[in-house]
Amino acid sequence: MTAPLLVFFLLAALAVIGAVSLILQKHPIHSALSLIVVMVALAGLYLLMGAEFVAAVQIIVYGGAIMVLFVFVIMLLNAGVEEHTSLSKLAGPPGLLLVVALAAFVAATIAKSGAGVQAAAQTGALSSTKGISEMVFKDFVYPFELTSFLILVAILGAVVLAQREKS
Amino acid sequence: MVPTNYYVILSAILFGLGVFAFIFKRNVITIFMSIELMLNAVNLAFVAFSQALGKLDGQVFVLFVIVVAAAEAAVGLGIIILIARNRQTLNVERVDLLKL
Repeated sequence: MTAPLLVFFLLAALAVIGAVSLILQKHPIHSALSLIVVMVALAGLYLLMGAEFVAAVQIIVYGGAIMVLFVFVIMLLNAGVEEHTSLSKLAGPPGLLLVVALAAFVAATIAKSGAGVQAAAQTGALSSTKGISEMVFKDFVYPFELTSFLILVAILGAVVLAQREKS
Repeated sequence: MVPTNYYVILSAILFGLGVFAFIFKRNVITIFMSIELMLNAVNLAFVAFSQALGKLDGQVFVLFVIVVAAAEAAVGLGIIILIARNRQTLNVERVDLLKL
């Protein structure tokens, strides 16, 4: 087993364990910490694939900003242990069926595609950060500008939603 | 060199776990986190195919997905704060105002 494969399996196991832990934990703060483990593992996988800019953004934006927001809200709302209600008993079996069906569908698609996506001849020096900046500011400049507008609207929306109405 | 199939299978596993958490968790914050998990799984597939095809489009899409996820987190957590303030609960089964 070569070194990249070993690193892949290590990080993949870390990501899957984190995701399973997210499901099994009862307290939302533990789920949030599990999700951070998943994100750091994925950042490692991006580095393994040579996408160093995406890896850095993953750590800074996901592992940093978004998860801090989550933890902040959990603390703010003083969210306790998840209470177990089963008000909708009907939802369990169809939900499980849906998950199994989705997993089977994805597995079938992957199995069918087989070696359809062969690893292309590696161009080696893809120079990803430089290439990404050229694409973002040339080919995708209008979507890029639109995202700034999206962020502005989202922040305004969050402020309007979260402010206490004066009565 | 790790085969692309491995990355795609890992992405599918993570997405499936995200769907499972989305359906079976009761806490609205945890449900929101499972959405983030699904977005991460899709990002992994994007980067894997970007690497396999030798093109950078996938990585640019990942950047846009991350931007949308950040905007979604800001708005979604604002909504969660509103729910907690108005209903005094984070359990989605107790947020049943539209139920008959």
